[in-house]
This record gives sequence, structure tokens and C-alpha cells, in this order.
Amino acid sequence: MKLLEPETEIDGFVIGDCVHAGGMAHIYRVHYAYGAPNPGFPMVMKVPRMTAGDGAENIVSFEVEHQILQLLSGPHVPRFVAAGDLERLPYLVMEYVPGRTLQDWLDAPELLPVDEVVRLGAAMAHAAHSLHQQNVVHLDLKPANVLIRPDGSAVLLDFGLSCSGLYPDLLAEQLRKAVGSPAWIAPEQVVGVRGDPRSDIFAIGVILYQLLTGKLPFGAPQTAGGLRQRLWMDPPPLRQRRPELPPWLQEVVMRCLAPVAGQRYPSAAHLAFDLQHPQQVVVTARGQATQGTGGWTHFKRWLKAAGMHYQPSPLPVQQIEEVPIVMVAVPHQDVSDATLYSLRQAAARSLGTRPGARLACVTVISPGQTSSTSDEDSETSVHRRYMAQLRQWLQPLDLAGHQVSCHVIESGDVAQALLNYAVGNRVSVIVIGAATHGLKTQRFLATVPIKVAMDAPCTVVLVKQTLPFEQLKVPDEPDGDWDVPF
Amino acid sequence: MKLALLSDIHSNLQALDACLAHAQVQGADQLALLGDFVGYGADPVAVVERVMALAAQGAWVIRGNHDALALQPPAEVKTVGDSTAQWTHEQLQAGHKAFLAELPLTLQHDSVLLVHASAEAPERWRYVHDARAAGMSLDAARSLPQVRYLFGGHVHFQTLYYQGSTGGLMKFEPTAGVPIPVPRHRHWLATVGSVGQPRDGKPKAMYALFDSARAQLTFHRVDYDQHAAAAAIRRAGLPDYFAERLETGR
Repeated sequence: MKLLEPETEIDGFVIGDCVHAGGMAHIYRVHYAYGAPNPGFPMVMKVPRMTAGDGAENIVSFEVEHQILQLLSGPHVPRFVAAGDLERLPYLVMEYVPGRTLQDWLDAPELLPVDEVVRLGAAMAHAAHSLHQQNVVHLDLKPANVLIRPDGSAVLLDFGLSCSGLYPDLLAEQLRKAVGSPAWIAPEQVVGVRGDPRSDIFAIGVILYQLLTGKLPFGAPQTAGGLRQRLWMDPPPLRQRRPELPPWLQEVVMRCLAPVAGQRYPSAAHLAFDLQHPQQVVVTARGQATQGTGGWTHFKRWLKAAGMHYQPSPLPVQQIEEVPIVMVAVPHQDVSDATLYSLRQAAARSLGTRPGARLACVTVISPGQTSSTSDEDSETSVHRRYMAQLRQWLQPLDLAGHQVSCHVIESGDVAQALLNYAVGNRVSVIVIGAATHGLKTQRFLATVPIKVAMDAPCTVVLVKQTLPFEQLKVPDEPDGDWDVPF
Repeated sequence: MKLALLSDIHSNLQALDACLAHAQVQGADQLALLGDFVGYGADPVAVVERVMALAAQGAWVIRGNHDALALQPPAEVKTVGDSTAQWTHEQLQAGHKAFLAELPLTLQHDSVLLVHASAEAPERWRYVHDARAAGMSLDAARSLPQVRYLFGGHVHFQTLYYQGSTGGLMKFEPTAGVPIPVPRHRHWLATVGSVGQPRDGKPKAMYALFDSARAQLTFHRVDYDQHAAAAAIRRAGLPDYFAERLETGR
């Protein structure tokens, strides 16, 4: 389609400036012609370029975006406004999101500061997780498709190659050809697997690698053989190119880039978690390495990769629900052994039997407990004390296959601190004692567990204490440190 | 038009009524009944009378293999299905049989073609259970230039077949209750599942709703009193197998 003249009217939308003329589509600013209510945000119209010479894939990918944009909601996608009839006049009207794409950031002459890249990575991971929770995998994440709002959050663009488990996948094909952008495409996409959320995690890894080193980890392959390289090859470690980068960050990025999806982060929320808590990342040889993977390892993986082929994927939501982030609120005072025991049991149950779930143990202390003058009560030593308490609580749990971290938060408002943590880390389940956290005031105020349960963004498990052994039963002591059940 | 597509009712009055009520709440303004009204279940007379009343009100109705079987039950009982065909034949009155005998094998309304089994030789009742069989049925339907949507039953599963990016047919298993965009420029084939005898391990009744204005197809699963339907089968003295089947959806 040739460029539309400004002031042309299409189905009640008045065409404004062309803001983007890409290979696949033109994008114009638009506003309503008359009478229609203002949606409260600026709008753009995306009109596919469909001329006689355009390939079928172009048209199908517009159809896919047409399907999927209408399905999505939330702050990490442009809001959908209207769509033109595909047979008569194909177009999409959506929210115009102000901000810069990561491609704009990459085009700057200097590399970004490392902590800035880490923030961008967490924002991307949160945006991808929001998509996965809606049963959609993006499958074409690249710097040009990630827009950063002025507040630092990420908005994902261009769903032309995306896949929703709820709709027929119009791009799936018996031939199982690779669909995607060669530099960022995940290994499983190369063999035609569509619908694995971990493919997006791979692409985020490629973008982070690019932002940190200025180079693409696998180059921009032009041939099928070049594309297949990533099925078995590890890229050169970040620290080979920039030795000053911290090992924890290399650990995170290289885990995103693992050739086998099962060795990457199990969900984007887990990736964001590590980017937000660097001190909790367990650094292995992968993080320390400054030399590439050896030829023999690559050769063995190459043999294995030769047999990789298409397999259908389950619904994205099912895949990420199997790897929850479980947060357990561990009280540090007024708590009985029986309650601590019951909390531990409930946390273990919530992690499930499959590997990949993550446990975050959180305790909230009041700000008054640390002091800037007394050494013994300095922030670090107080935190260390409570961290040790948390680790002690953890000890009896069998956590094989699960990642664990401990967090001490200072706050005067315990419920709000727990809720903020749950929201900020995309927690899937909160485990909290039903009669913990300031029990003495519960007659006068809504208790912390009730407040958390009411405002939580996810499932809350309220744990009642049960006594595993009769002999642990201690008579109630109203003035003591013991918890009193309702 | 909001077209409710019900197939394979199999003398299950409880399931039929539940689906009809559900479709009404969804705003269905046209009904299509895709055959196999009788066989297996305990209420052939009540179901056929319901279907006759709906047909009189404008519902589109076609015939299924079990309707044909009840008109002329096999002389020799080889399968458990044959035994219910003989029993059904004895229950139905002349008027019911005349109604079933008059039903067409296919019906076309604009872009929609209805057929109980496969559009390729409908009278042979071939199962559309994979992309290849769906392709043969759809190829036969393409001889009618207007047709874009081919709806049927026969297999008791809900499946949507669509063209992949290079034209071959692909199989898609829908999630119940999710409206799926089915734009007119493509050809679509859906098996709408069974109202009266689900076989996918879930006892809920199946039907589908096609919204032609929005070009959306929604597969529905509907709760109904499967225990009452099973009890009726046992009361009628039919094989217990068919009662258990309803209770487990197998």
C-alpha cells in the first residue's frame, strides 16, 4: 500500500503524520474524526504494506497481530482500539506509547552503565512475564520491539510472530520452518517449536548481551546452518569481552542463553528476580568463566542437536504455573515452634514436586531496630542476625532442584512491605501464618495476615499451626512469647 | 447471526436442555442440530419431539448415522450400539420415524455448510478425526464457492481445523469458552463435540457457538445432570456401560 495522505479519513479515524515506514507496515498518528469519545491516550494506526509483490508471510503475520493484540491487556502492551476488516481494509489502531525503543539506546555511541542495563533487563522480563501469564509468547523480542516508557517500565511491540495457546497458530506449519529474527531467535524456534515462554527468555538474554558488550552473541546468521549453531554453541562469555563485568551478571545472561530451554530460567519472573537481587545469585563456573566453552563439549552437543525437531508446546500459562515463586513470611518474634514448623510444611507443599520453583523467605523488621551509632545494632549486623535466623528456619527443608533466597526488609508497615515485595517480584504464592505478625493487636486492628490476604496480587496460603508431636504442646502463656491461636 | 451448533445428542434429554438453555443465555438466534439425536441414551422419544418442535421454529436439522440406524436397526446384534438401536426403534412412533427419514444429509446457508460426518460422501459416515480426513471433507466443501465454514459432529471431540501458512490443514484443540477469531478469508472446519455423550474424560456436555458478524467461534462445555441421565439409562434396562460412560465422560 502506498503512503496515505494526511487528513485522509478511514473508518472514522483521521490520518496524521507517518511515524514509521518499515518493511512490513506504515504507522501513522491518528485521531477520531468527529463525535467519538476520546480514549484518553494518543493513538496510532498500523497499516500493513500489502502490494502484489508482498509475501504471504507478511499478510499472515498481520493477521496474527490482529488476533493477539485484541487478546492482550495490561501496562506492557499498547492498548488495542480498533481493527479494520482483513478482507476490505486491514489496519490496527492502538495506543501510541511514548518512550524510546532499546534500539535507540543501542544506537548511542557509548555502552550503557551496567546497573542501567540490569534495570532494563528486569523491566523486559516483567513485561514478558505479563505476556506469558496471558497465554502469549512473543517470539520476536529484539531491541526494536522493546519500548521503554519514561518511568522505566517496558512495553512490548509487534506481535506479528507471536503465538497464543488459546488460538490456532496461523504460522505453524507442517514444514516447521524457523520464524523469527535470526540474531535473537531461540534454538528451539530454529527447529520450529512455537509456544515455549523460555524462547522469550533466550531473546532477552541476547538483548542483554548486546547491551552489555555492544555485540551479538551469535552474530546475525544468514544461513540455516548458521542459525542452527545456537542449538549447541555457547557464545563467548561476557567477561571475555568485558572483564570488568560482575560474575553474577554473566551467570544470569549465560543462563538465559543456554541452548536447551530446560537449562534457562524456568519463567521470566525468575529472571527478573535474579536481576533485582544480585547478591542472591549463586555464581557457578559459568559466571566466572572468561574463556569460551571448549570444542569437545560443543562437539558432543552438536551430535545431540542433530536430532532436535519440532514438538508441540503446552499452554504458556500451564508452563509457568509449574514454576511458581513462593514467598514465605517468616515472623521473627512472638512465634511458636509449632507455627514455624507448620509454615515450613506449607512452604514445601507450595513449591510442588517439580523442580524449578523458587522459595523467597522474607522477614520484616521495624526500622527502630537498627542504629547508625551503635556498632552492634548497625544495619549490616542486625540484618546478618535475622538472615541467620531465616537460614536456620530453612535448614530442615529439602530444597533439591529449588532456588532459595532470604530477605530482611525494614519497614514500619509489615503488611505493606510484604505486599510490595510480592508485587515487585511477581510472586505466585504467599505463605503466611494465620495468627502471626503482631497478634497482640488483632482485637483492635485488622491483622497483618488478613490485610495481606485482602490486597495480595496472588494466592495466599494462611497457615494454622499444627503440632507434629504431642510433646511439643506447651500450655498457653498469655504473658510469654508464645502465639495464641484464635 | 449467532448460530448454536449441537451434535450427537444421543437421547440425552438432560444434556440437550442444558445446552439449549446455555445457548439462549449466550444470545443464540439460530439453532443447527447436526444429527445423531438417538442411540445410546434413555430418552429417544422426548429428544426427537424436542428436535421436531425446534425444527418447526426454524432450527436447521440434518441426519446422523444413529438416526439412520434407528430407522433400520441391524437384524443381527453385533455391538452394544446395535442393541440400543433395536430398543430405540421400538420406542419411536411412526411420526418420529417419518421426521427422521425426511432429514437431509447436508444443509448450506450462505458461508456455512452442515454435515454430520464428512462432506466427502456424507452417506458413508467417515470420521473426521485428523488433519487428513478434515482436508478431504473440506476439499469436497470447496466445490460450493460460498462455503467458508464446515461444521459437523460424529467424532465426539471438539476440534478446529484451519489452513497453515502454506495451505496444509492444521489441527487445533480449543479451550472451552474462549472466542476464537475465524476470519472469512480462510476455510475452517470444526467438529463441535457431543452434547449427549462426551468422551474426553470430562462429563460436561459440548456444543459450539458461531458468531457470523464477529467471525468468532466459541466451543462451550456445559454442566448438566449426568447422574440423572445415567439413572434413566439404568431404569430403561439399557446396558450399564452407557450409564457409566456418561458419569465419567469416557
